[in-house]
Amino acid sequence: MIKAILIFNNHGKPRLSKFYEHYNEDTEQQIIRETFHLVSKRDENVCNFLEGGMLIGGSDYKLIYRHYATLYFVFCVDSSESELGILDLIQVFVETLDKCFENVCELDLIFHVDKVHNILAEMVMGGMVLETNMNEIITQVDAQNKMEKSETFIFQSTRQDR
Amino acid sequence: MSDVVEKTLTALPSLLSLDSQPGAAKLSSTSKLGNLIRGITELTSKHEEEKLIQRELTSIKEQVSSPNTSMRQMKELMVRATYCEMLGYEASFSYIHAIKLAQQGTALEKRVGYLAVSLFLNEDHELLLLLVNTVLKDLQSTNLIEVCMALTVVSQMFPKDMIPAILPLVEEKLNHPKEIIRRKAVLALYKFYQIAPNQVQHIHNKFRKALCDKDPGVMTASLHIYLQMIKENPEGYKDLTASVVTILKQVVGGKLPMDFNYHSVPAPWLQIQLLRILSLLGKNDHSTSEIMYEVLDESLRRAEMNHNITYAILYECVKCIYTIHPKSELLEKAAKCIGNFVLSQKINLKYLGLKALTYVVQQDPRLALQHQMTIIECLDHPDLIIKRETLELLFRITNAQNVTVIVEKMLEFLRISKDDYTTTDLVGKVAELAEKYAPDNEWFIETMNTVFSVGGDVMQPDIPNSFLKLLSEGFDSVEEDRKLRQFAVDSYVSLLQGGPGKLPQRFLQVISWVLGEYSHLSEELDPATVLSLLSKLLDSKNTSSETKSWVLVAMTKLCEGRAGVSVAREVSETYSSSLDTALRQRAQELQHLSQDSELRARVLPRDASREPLEVDSSLSFLDGFVSEALAAGAAPYKPPHQRQEELAQEKALSLEPYGLSLPISMSSCSIGDRQSPTLLSVSSGLSGDSIELSHKGGSATLKLDGVKRVWGREGYLSKRESVEETAQVEVPSPLRSPSQQGEADKSHNQTPTPTPTPEPEQEKQQLASSLFVGLGSQSSVCLMGKSDLTNQRFRRKARCPGTSSGSSEITSNSIVSPPSMVDSLLYNNLLDSNITSELDLASPQSPPQLSQDLSTANGTCDVDLTDRDVTANNPSIIRDNGVVAAEDPDKPTDLCLSSHLPAELSGLSRSEITALCSHQSLHLSACHVQGDDSLALVVFILNSSDSDVQQMLLQLDSDQLEVSSVSESPVQEVRGDSVVVCQYSLTVKRPSVLVEVCGVMSFMCSVGTPQSVQFSYKLPLASFIRPLTVSTEEYGTMWLAFSHDTKQNLTLMREDRESLTATLNVLKNKLQLHVVEIIGMEGIVACRLLPDQPCLMHCRINAGTLAVWLRSPIPDLPDCLIYHCQRALQEH
Repeated sequence: MIKAILIFNNHGKPRLSKFYEHYNEDTEQQIIRETFHLVSKRDENVCNFLEGGMLIGGSDYKLIYRHYATLYFVFCVDSSESELGILDLIQVFVETLDKCFENVCELDLIFHVDKVHNILAEMVMGGMVLETNMNEIITQVDAQNKMEKSETFIFQSTRQDR
Repeated sequence: MSDVVEKTLTALPSLLSLDSQPGAAKLSSTSKLGNLIRGITELTSKHEEEKLIQRELTSIKEQVSSPNTSMRQMKELMVRATYCEMLGYEASFSYIHAIKLAQQGTALEKRVGYLAVSLFLNEDHELLLLLVNTVLKDLQSTNLIEVCMALTVVSQMFPKDMIPAILPLVEEKLNHPKEIIRRKAVLALYKFYQIAPNQVQHIHNKFRKALCDKDPGVMTASLHIYLQMIKENPEGYKDLTASVVTILKQVVGGKLPMDFNYHSVPAPWLQIQLLRILSLLGKNDHSTSEIMYEVLDESLRRAEMNHNITYAILYECVKCIYTIHPKSELLEKAAKCIGNFVLSQKINLKYLGLKALTYVVQQDPRLALQHQMTIIECLDHPDLIIKRETLELLFRITNAQNVTVIVEKMLEFLRISKDDYTTTDLVGKVAELAEKYAPDNEWFIETMNTVFSVGGDVMQPDIPNSFLKLLSEGFDSVEEDRKLRQFAVDSYVSLLQGGPGKLPQRFLQVISWVLGEYSHLSEELDPATVLSLLSKLLDSKNTSSETKSWVLVAMTKLCEGRAGVSVAREVSETYSSSLDTALRQRAQELQHLSQDSELRARVLPRDASREPLEVDSSLSFLDGFVSEALAAGAAPYKPPHQRQEELAQEKALSLEPYGLSLPISMSSCSIGDRQSPTLLSVSSGLSGDSIELSHKGGSATLKLDGVKRVWGREGYLSKRESVEETAQVEVPSPLRSPSQQGEADKSHNQTPTPTPTPEPEQEKQQLASSLFVGLGSQSSVCLMGKSDLTNQRFRRKARCPGTSSGSSEITSNSIVSPPSMVDSLLYNNLLDSNITSELDLASPQSPPQLSQDLSTANGTCDVDLTDRDVTANNPSIIRDNGVVAAEDPDKPTDLCLSSHLPAELSGLSRSEITALCSHQSLHLSACHVQGDDSLALVVFILNSSDSDVQQMLLQLDSDQLEVSSVSESPVQEVRGDSVVVCQYSLTVKRPSVLVEVCGVMSFMCSVGTPQSVQFSYKLPLASFIRPLTVSTEEYGTMWLAFSHDTKQNLTLMREDRESLTATLNVLKNKLQLHVVEIIGMEGIVACRLLPDQPCLMHCRINAGTLAVWLRSPIPDLPDCLIYHCQRALQEH
């Protein structure tokens, strides 16, 4: 199971945090800090797996991360997930973001954090991988965006009517 | 990085300029967030950020509570609030508004509302209850997106108690035409399964339907559930193997639509999932493994090395092949795969390769040998994670020959590692290896010293405990023990002299205990020196108060002679006024015992740990105290079950959360135990007189159930050595030196032949030969085994099984001391069993009583049979009910009365006939007879005089029972010397633990005066319980329908794997329950209260107890039944 998905930048500023298991507010912040601490001191040419955070789940728990330009994407998973599988899932996630935002950068994540969450929700649901096919994810997200647009349109037209 | 900064700079102004554009409500709202973010990025200190966010939160708070805020604005506010929360600032005021937004907003706002809710709240949050209705509404919505949102939030979190409310709707979604809805519904059900497995038990067949769904996506989702269920109970799903194999075959063969390909690999994540399921199914199961060999082979072949994801599949394949029943061809291919992983330049693959090696190395040590040079390289790898994984691998291949090298490598790593988790983990491993393979005393003590100083206070507490236990229990040879202890003492004294400031507290505690116990072994050591070292420790600022009490205990043991007494006086004066009560107590003990050497010798005899310690488990030495307290008016102690009984009778509030409380003496005892591993701690912990303890003592055995050694050596060894022994039998080859062995293994060896090699290379090879010594071919496994047997120093004495790792308790083990030269574990085991049987005989409990039980049971049957009357189907029921009877039944009367039982009742099980009352010559007795669907009360009226009794009227009444007479015409007279039988049928109106029938009989004797007698008859509710035959599905629907429930933990009958079955069988036999199904650690049981009131019971093994959950439509039935279950288990 995926316990948490964290995105933070090179300075440790969180850009997205999604926990699939309940921790209290302070623990969550601590996990983000500890994870950043663990991940940021890793060199470029080392493996993408990390073991041994004390906070989530102890020995059964693993961090799988990827570093893109200014951002770290970290998945905290237990032993029931395949390491390489998750590593590619991160790739799928980032590629999907790239498609949805057209050349994604850190700012997109900041200003459209709700959209990022929605994309994530189509990939991972309740800590379980739901969809790994990028096109399928984009179709779902697009369907929702269409609804958004039509709603905005209705909203604007009603305003004009007044 | 630079281009991102550029984008940031260009994006911000454009966003800000958008702000001024009219009509762009959405964008202007974003820019508020933009403002906030820009503000934050401009800040320099954490403090400023805090101020800014607080300001922001105040403004959000104002706006959300204003009635003029539209839903649209609210949506934007929520995004801002979630942003603040992500940064770690609480915005709890917005939670309720998020729920409102999800409730009232349009689809889009709803989405933000749901998102905010799922980020803000957790499963246990009380506000979540407010969301239930919204979810319910959205699940019924015709808008697919709303349904999706509802399902998503449900799978993230949902209040457990409310699952029944939405379960039918989610179930319904499994048949939805849209695959995405079906998929999400499956995952929502998975969530339910995780948090409340019993609530979805009835829909297991729907899971199967999902598995067979025509859409591969839905099938993939259902695999999550199956993986979990198979993990819990692999036996139950063996029939799925063929289907899983077929699915995998189709996937591997590219039968899925192209959409599912990822980098032209067909559905890789699905393949991984399927392989995991197969490995769970095929584990230790030859025939099941047989089915999957072919497809595994194909997967291996098809997964061409072209992309990362194929490695993921390969890795999973390899793991599966090594988990299931082995097949040599596949193993060979898998080994090759592992080789490719380990040798790969890609560091992720190397990591996985090492992991795979670690996984398989116990089955196939040759594989490690093949890659020894790679492993050596990995030891010096710059990546710490790789390094640690390598050490883990080395840990698995450690034996007596390479232990020093491997432990050295581990300690090397420990010294540079800063990470607590790694330290804790590795320290434990080093300690385990040291204990298991130590070549000599010096090495052992020194290694343990490093362990204690490096591990410090993060290591597991059982490491020092186990070390002290090892020292105190000793080994086979007395001389060896003495040497080891003496060496430990010497080494600690020099450590203390060198300055104890840096040593961790745990180490200091170990040191003080060892010095207190064994410093007399070292002749040249003056006790005064030790005392002064210890008192220096006491004065040190760095010493914690817990350590100080250890030191004080050690001093108590050592304060001999004039010098000792004066030191003791000084120290005890300082600490007897300490604020710490534990310290004060130790100081008091020190003071008293130092003055009275005779008393001290009795309380703290030298070498106390060798002596069997008698623990008075009945606490009889407290009798005086108890009787005094009782005399002073204290309430007598009631055992928990008695209290519960009273509670049930009074129908008072259920106090379950506070149910089990320990008697005070017990809890204080445990406090004492934790402090110090000495006899003193036990005696002082018990509130009674400490001297009395060592003299009195009823039973000599300690209750050690439930105390486990976490990484004890015996268990590990017994497994290993049994393998080794068989190997020994098979290949009786002579010992070979490591170098020769290397020669022999060269065929497997991939390392370059040792032609002139550069210096570092040679070093590595040297290291390799020292690391991998004793590994490899079968014969060398045997070699390892042999050397193990001879070299292992610290073989524990044969002990009674179940010795605890606890510090202070030491069971009597002096009964048998094994001949020291015999090293076979088998032999030790034999001795062990001898001891157990001796102990069993000594304690007048288990087996003799058992046989007695049997004979009494037989006896009852015999009597019944010879007298040709009612044959009891179930003797235990009879005895059960016998308990209820007010007086002991008169056997002869019983026999003669029983012959009057109505014919239709004979052959059914019945209670003993109890005398109810008598008046002159008139005797009333009764019994109850259990039919399949009825319970009959039979009243016997015996007139022993000559004269008739007339105008007799028998009336029965009960609050709890419905009583109806079976005979058509009421009996009116009883002739002289005859018996009249009245039969009533009873059903329960209001359940209670014991139900009572009151009766009045009025009659006219021949003399002519009217008389009347009153009586009452009690019978347990259990006699009204009958099995209820239902299927698991029916059970599921019934379970959800019933409103009254109760939960309780019961004791298990046995501690082994079959404990659930055994316990349920006892309940089944004693209480006539119907066991519907037992799945793994859970069982469901159904019964009915006559005539047809169902009661369902769900049992689950949880931490050594049986967690029982009863449900019924009748209010008090679950409570009463749980009581009877408890009784039944206690009496068993």
